[in-house]
Amino acid sequence: MYLSREEEAVYQGERGETLRRMMEILVALGDIYGAERLVPVKSVQIAGVSYKNIGEAGLEWISDLQGKVAVPSILNPAGMDLCRWQEMGVSEDFAIKQQQTIEAYRRLGITIDCTCTPYQIYQGLAGPGDHLAWSESSAVSYANSVIGARTNREGGPSALAAALVGKTALYGYHLDENRLPTHLVEVEADLRGSDYGALGFLVGRIVKDGVPFFRLPGQRPSLDELKALGAAMAASGSVALYYVQDVTPKPPTGGQPEETLHLDRKEIDEVYARYQAEGADAVALGCPHCSAEELERIAGLLQGQKVQKELWVCTARKIAQANSALVAAIEESGAHVFCDTCMVVSPATERFSRMLTSSGKALSYLPGLAGVKAGLGSLEDCIDAALGRR
Amino acid sequence: MEIKCHRVASGCARGPALVTLDAISFLGNVDAATGTVVDPAHELFGQCIAGKVLIFPGGKGSTVGSYVIYQLKKKGLAPAAMINIRSEPIVAVGAIISGIPLVDRVGEEILQTENGTVVEVDAAGERIRIFRED
Repeated sequence: MYLSREEEAVYQGERGETLRRMMEILVALGDIYGAERLVPVKSVQIAGVSYKNIGEAGLEWISDLQGKVAVPSILNPAGMDLCRWQEMGVSEDFAIKQQQTIEAYRRLGITIDCTCTPYQIYQGLAGPGDHLAWSESSAVSYANSVIGARTNREGGPSALAAALVGKTALYGYHLDENRLPTHLVEVEADLRGSDYGALGFLVGRIVKDGVPFFRLPGQRPSLDELKALGAAMAASGSVALYYVQDVTPKPPTGGQPEETLHLDRKEIDEVYARYQAEGADAVALGCPHCSAEELERIAGLLQGQKVQKELWVCTARKIAQANSALVAAIEESGAHVFCDTCMVVSPATERFSRMLTSSGKALSYLPGLAGVKAGLGSLEDCIDAALGRR
Repeated sequence: MEIKCHRVASGCARGPALVTLDAISFLGNVDAATGTVVDPAHELFGQCIAGKVLIFPGGKGSTVGSYVIYQLKKKGLAPAAMINIRSEPIVAVGAIISGIPLVDRVGEEILQTENGTVVEVDAAGERIRIFRED
């Protein structure tokens, strides 16, 4: 891989051992994936935040690093609400380790926003055509597909390397040739809210790491619905980029998808039927993190009523702070609005036996990552279940 | 004997070879507390990788494996060096953050090396030396 004179100096260790190793990571990945050179990134989102995932080994590594990030960098969700972890049922031992992890990241100049939806809180992190080094799979999908930026799905160390160096290796989704649609997906159905999660859950399993191009005649998915679609496909498959005709930015010209899929209402309904609400002892919303609009809908549905089951609403701290009246309205019902974390990455989820969610992503991950059975319902069904109406 | 290779993680180290035809998932296959391969399905089951020149086709599994390599290194239980046919990101990143020499792009004959043969990995010089007993 070609390195500029300045990059070569970093690679040879002239700017210290941490930067040397970080550059070595970028070069090693560039060599593995056949990158010609490095490219500057506008922002970085770093995975490897929940202590549940990185453990003592990861914490030690992050704590040993020296230096400051070169570009704006924020974090993936942590294993707990950084303020209200006791209320979540997180143990003190875990909380101490999680706080140490956060402090280790803060020391490197990283902004302590723990969210899978960086684009919901900072407009300036990603724009059309920008190169990024983001980690969280749904954020990667949203950045590539809805914003039209360019990022691979970075692991924890490679994202940190990009943050400290300010660059990433130019391969994968940074290049037009890898952004061409591989599957045409025609869907004849009226879709709403969690239907997009169900659709993504189905399509991700089929196309795996492909690039689906959707035709959704008569449908106009909202940004939240696109968020749900991408998140589900990134979890049930490893889709990092998709297109929706006349809705998202367009693919580069050239090539035709090799395969075509046809889906209709029946197949969407089968997902709900297979993953039922029956027997759920908790309900969790906000995977990916709720937007202000979603908080508003939840507050509206809960208005004046009390929940009978544990109900978690997960969002980014900045969104909760900017919408404190909505948060208060939701919590008035007995529900919890948790920040910085979610049902997928927190160990607190493990005490439940079946969780109902409106998210196709949580549906994929809860059984494997938390050992909790999962049911899928619309937002209204989820709220009804929490209120004990079903 | 000297073999050309490609540098992934810098450094130079030597040790007795420990060879497997199986890919390694450091998360799950290897116990970070003892440096021993604990997966009964793995060819190296029961073997300790500490101080060895670990020769294997490449890594697989969870990206947390990179941190497991780091933890092994901090406990003095890591391999002295590693050789892959083709490195993938988990082992590459693990070796780099841990300061363990790692090279790849060598012919598959390297997997015929006998266990215990002394092997030196010189990543900066992009060469492997195999010291065969005569």
